[in-house]
Amino acid sequence: MGTPSVLWNITKKCFTVGVITLTVSDLFASIAPVRGASMSPTFNPKTNSLLDSLSDDRVLVEKLCLRNYKFSHGDVIVFSSPNNHKEKYIKRIVGLPGDWVGTIYDVVHIPEGHCWVEGDNSASSLDSRSFGPVPLGLVKGRVTHVLWPPHRVGSVDRKTSQNRVSNS
Amino acid sequence: MKQWRIIAKEAIARASIIGKFLCLLHVTDAYVLSSNHVVGPSMLPTLNITGDVVLVEHLSHRLGKLGSGDLVLVRSPLDPKKTLTKRIVAMEGDKVTFSLDPTRSHSSRSLVVPKGHVWIQGDNLYVSRDSRHFGPLPYGLIEGKVFMRVWPPSSFGFLGE
Repeated sequence: MGTPSVLWNITKKCFTVGVITLTVSDLFASIAPVRGASMSPTFNPKTNSLLDSLSDDRVLVEKLCLRNYKFSHGDVIVFSSPNNHKEKYIKRIVGLPGDWVGTIYDVVHIPEGHCWVEGDNSASSLDSRSFGPVPLGLVKGRVTHVLWPPHRVGSVDRKTSQNRVSNS
Repeated sequence: MKQWRIIAKEAIARASIIGKFLCLLHVTDAYVLSSNHVVGPSMLPTLNITGDVVLVEHLSHRLGKLGSGDLVLVRSPLDPKKTLTKRIVAMEGDKVTFSLDPTRSHSSRSLVVPKGHVWIQGDNLYVSRDSRHFGPLPYGLIEGKVFMRVWPPSSFGFLGE
C-alpha cells in the first residue's frame, strides 16, 4: 500500500515546484538562452556551427519592467516576434515612442506604444529594419546579466548611438 | 528559547502555505482562467456600456484554437498597460474589407491580413478604436478568449458567436 502514496507525494512535490517556478519566472526573473549571432559581440561573440547549443550564452531576464512598461534607449529586451508569436527575439531598443529613427532608406517615426529594436550585429540580424516598429505589449522582459559562459558573467550595459535618433 | 523555535517553525510553515497558494492563484489567473471588467461602448450590443464582468480563458490562444468570430482580450498596441476586448474578424491570410467611417459607405478599403496577425473590430463600428485605426494586430498581443459573462446576473451566460 506504500507505493501509491509515495507516488502521490512525488506528484504533489513536482506540481508545487512547477507552480512556484512558473510564478517566479513570470513575475520576477527567468533564464533564457541566446540563439544566433544577431547580438554579437554582446552575446555569442564567436559562433561555431558545431557545439552551438552548448556554447550559447545564458542570460538573466528580469520581468519587473513589465509592471509599468518603462524602457530606456539602449535596453536589451526579449520580445515575441510580431510575425510569429512563438518565436522570441533578443534585441536592443534604439527608438522609443515619439522618436525619429534613421534607417538606410528613410527616417521612421515611432508610433505611440511601440519601439524600434535592432541587433548589435547589424549584418546578420532580423529586426525592426525588416518588420518595422514593435508594440511594447510584445515585450516579455529585459536582459540584465549574462550568466553563462563563466568567463563573461556580468551585467549588460546600455549602449546608445545618439546620432541616429532624434526626439521631436 | 525552545518555544520560540516552535513558534518560528509554525510561522514559516504558515507563510509557505500562503506563498504556495498565491503562486497557484497567479498560475491559474495567467494560464487558465481569469475575470475581467469590461467598460466602454465599443462592444455594444454584445457587452453593456456600464461594464460587465466577463470570464477569460487563456488556453485556446496558446493552443491556436482561435477563429474569426471569437471575442478576445488583447493588449493594446498603442498603450501596453491597457487591455481591449474586441472580436476577431479575420485571421492571417484572410481578406478584409473595411471603412474607417461607417457613416460613409463608399470609403471602404480592403487588404489581406499578414502572417502572424489577426484583424479585430468592435461590434459597435461607430465608436470602436480597433484594427481599422492601428492595422492588423500581432497574434502575440492576444491575452485570452472571452467566453462567459458573470455580471450583471440578469445576463449571466455564455457569449456565443
